[in-house]
Amino acid sequence: MLNNRKLRVANYKLPLAILAVLIVSLLFAAAVFAQDDMPTDDEVNKIAKDLYCPVCESTPLDVCPTEACRQWRELIRQQLAEGKSEEEIKQYFVTQYGARVLSEPPNRLASYLVPALAFLAGVFLLFRGFRMWIKPMAVESASGEKEAAPIPQDDYIRRMEEELKKRK
Amino acid sequence: MIADFGYGVLMVAFLAALYSVIAAAYGELNKRPALVESARRAMLLTWPLLTLTAGVLVYLLVNDHYEVQFVYEVTSRSMPLYLKITAWWGGQAGSLLFWSWLMSAFTSLVTLRKWERDREFLPWVIVVGGITMAFFLGMNVFFENPFAKLYQTFDGNISAFTLQPANSILFSPSDGRGLNPLLRHPGMIIHPPMLYLGFVSFVIPYAFAIAALVTGRTDDRWIRITRRWTLWAWLFLSAGLVLGGRWAYDVLGWGGYWGWDPVEIAAFMPWLTGTAFLHSVMIQEKRGMFKHWNMLLIILTYDLVIFGTFLTRSGVLSSVHSFAQSAIGPLFFAFIGITLITSVALIIYRWDMLKSETQMTSMLSREALFLLNNLLFMGILVVCFWGVIYPLISELFTGQKVTVGPPFYERATSPLFAALMLLMGVAPLSAWGHSTVKTLGRAVWKPALGAALVTAVLALTYTQNVIALIGFFLVALVMLVTLYEYGRGALARQRSQGENLFTAFWNLTGRNRRRYGGYIIHLSMMLMAIGILGIELFQVETQGTIAIGDSLELSGYTIKYREVASWDNPDAGVNYTRAVVEVYDRNGNLLGNLHPRKDFYFDSQQPMTIPGQLASLKDEVYVLLIDWEPINQESTTFKIFVNPLVNWLWLGSLLFLVGVITAAWPDKDPERVTVRAGKRMEQTSAAD
Repeated sequence: MLNNRKLRVANYKLPLAILAVLIVSLLFAAAVFAQDDMPTDDEVNKIAKDLYCPVCESTPLDVCPTEACRQWRELIRQQLAEGKSEEEIKQYFVTQYGARVLSEPPNRLASYLVPALAFLAGVFLLFRGFRMWIKPMAVESASGEKEAAPIPQDDYIRRMEEELKKRK
Repeated sequence: MIADFGYGVLMVAFLAALYSVIAAAYGELNKRPALVESARRAMLLTWPLLTLTAGVLVYLLVNDHYEVQFVYEVTSRSMPLYLKITAWWGGQAGSLLFWSWLMSAFTSLVTLRKWERDREFLPWVIVVGGITMAFFLGMNVFFENPFAKLYQTFDGNISAFTLQPANSILFSPSDGRGLNPLLRHPGMIIHPPMLYLGFVSFVIPYAFAIAALVTGRTDDRWIRITRRWTLWAWLFLSAGLVLGGRWAYDVLGWGGYWGWDPVEIAAFMPWLTGTAFLHSVMIQEKRGMFKHWNMLLIILTYDLVIFGTFLTRSGVLSSVHSFAQSAIGPLFFAFIGITLITSVALIIYRWDMLKSETQMTSMLSREALFLLNNLLFMGILVVCFWGVIYPLISELFTGQKVTVGPPFYERATSPLFAALMLLMGVAPLSAWGHSTVKTLGRAVWKPALGAALVTAVLALTYTQNVIALIGFFLVALVMLVTLYEYGRGALARQRSQGENLFTAFWNLTGRNRRRYGGYIIHLSMMLMAIGILGIELFQVETQGTIAIGDSLELSGYTIKYREVASWDNPDAGVNYTRAVVEVYDRNGNLLGNLHPRKDFYFDSQQPMTIPGQLASLKDEVYVLLIDWEPINQESTTFKIFVNPLVNWLWLGSLLFLVGVITAAWPDKDPERVTVRAGKRMEQTSAAD
């Protein structure tokens, strides 16, 4: 019984070893493959476009000519080669250097809310204003007063309009 | 010695400006005409004084006086003469002086012309212009002396001082640091003066507005007087913005013209309020409405102008433009605060005098649509302002530093810009006073149908991008409406005057230059919009490292690398590296050679990337030389952009100039008085 089990274990050893060799060689092959197929500049730039280094403010990383920024781009290339995703790479830079490396504040709500509210307040004020301005006129005309005549535009335009009417 | 003389004259100019402010205000309040006249003369004196000051500065710049700190910082021996002269506005101290010099020129011009006609306003115009000028001159006198010299103290430190400190000797470097190479571009030589011309000339309508508030003459006289000023100011500001864009496109090497950089936005914000102002004053002129609002707009424009100068010059919000930084920020901030509060207080003081004379009658009338236009401009302004200050707010309240980049601005402003375009299409068809859905619909359906047809054709032949199609629809709508209006007028004139169509067009524009100049401006904006839509939505790029003889492909173009050469130009202190690439189209036809370049400036140790550009109306191939191997030339890195339609942007800006000049060109005959009904008439006749 015991012998038998030992034998079985031994029997498994060979395929396991073969499997191990296979896996290792596959990994090696993958590594070689990856080296051949380094991420292209375009792939790097696509991510770099949305990043800003803390020194060259207002210049996106993909076009920044400084040496430091070149090194950052190489870092992106390396991480891409390691198989990291765009999000992971951006997150790496955020962890290292803070949220300012991103092209937009991470808290979108805060950044968009204020201008949106201000604009809506403007819309509200304007329309309330319109209603207030127009109401008195409506009341006036309802009470039998003369409808406000359209204000004549300047003379030339009026003549022009007349000319056009004659043409018809 | 000569530098000290310059400083002395600067100081006298500063005192003259201060004196003119005090004398004008005191003389006007106490009915002492002699004192007002004296203030006017003091103001007129500032311009020759500042011209002399500037002359001294330019003399120092041109003659390599590197013991003067400013000269040391912005010039070097290798710079050509014209760059040494224009280095005047290449640094902080000099550009502040340039500001004051323009301010003094404009205020003098206003007081020289028609002093008698605008006798009641002009003392206050002198006060406002003088305060603004004294503020900028004060900066120069006390904090940013362009004539400060370098002294070496006995402990070996070298610093700049206005007066020689004890136990020190004058330090005279043999060469200067040289102007930032990015600024050595022709675009950059004209761009700052244009922008500053725009900035400073917007002070004049503001000064008249304040004069109207102070004197209580709050009818639209101040608007009529400054109408042309405002247009010219707007022209310069716009030209400054466009030149800045073109400079960025040609020099910064990122394939774009606008990066939503805080300093670009700082120049854009007064443009937004100024443009809103140009539209809304028409309501006041035609209908006597919204006087408070116009006052507020010009006040905002003024303070945004100061804010813009402050942003470029203080370095509070660091950006690529903050070439010069110093501690003058808090003073600018205080000045903006004080002028804003005082001006708004004046509006409140005169609130009742600024009541509207007529009422709004229809939500679709021209004046109502102008108000909507103002709302949209203000919306864009809020987005811009918020984007600029958000990093500061975030840092202040959460301690987190953030970047607000192009994605924010593009997302937040594009719906507003689209709405503006729609309005630009509809508003010219609506009538003053009264319009209904019916009248407006009758006018707009034909152009709208035409625009829809254009869009359908584009959808079949050019793009299926929905945003682009919406954009192109709006562009087509505005252009058709504008051309329709133009054509209708010309045809009417052709019939009534018996002119041929071309003469009719010409005379039509001549008869109502403001209206038709405005239409030309609308058309030019649409050409620009085509360019912007093209580059924003369809720009493609690729980057690759190739050997000589190899090629890169992008969007149907093949870019073949021919050669690269590198050489020094010791006289100019530059190393040039220039590549030659050939551009082929889809069918293998050679379209031309491009020469992307990298210049390296020794004195400032800075590189500059000059693109090779192959332009057409369809698109532009834009090739950048990124990196190269000096020895084997085996691997050279290029970055290529194809920017569709971008040249419509530049074409549009040329047409824009034509439009504004048409609208702003001085009239031959004296200003006609447009007479409005009732109350207006009395006011107008009382005014003249």
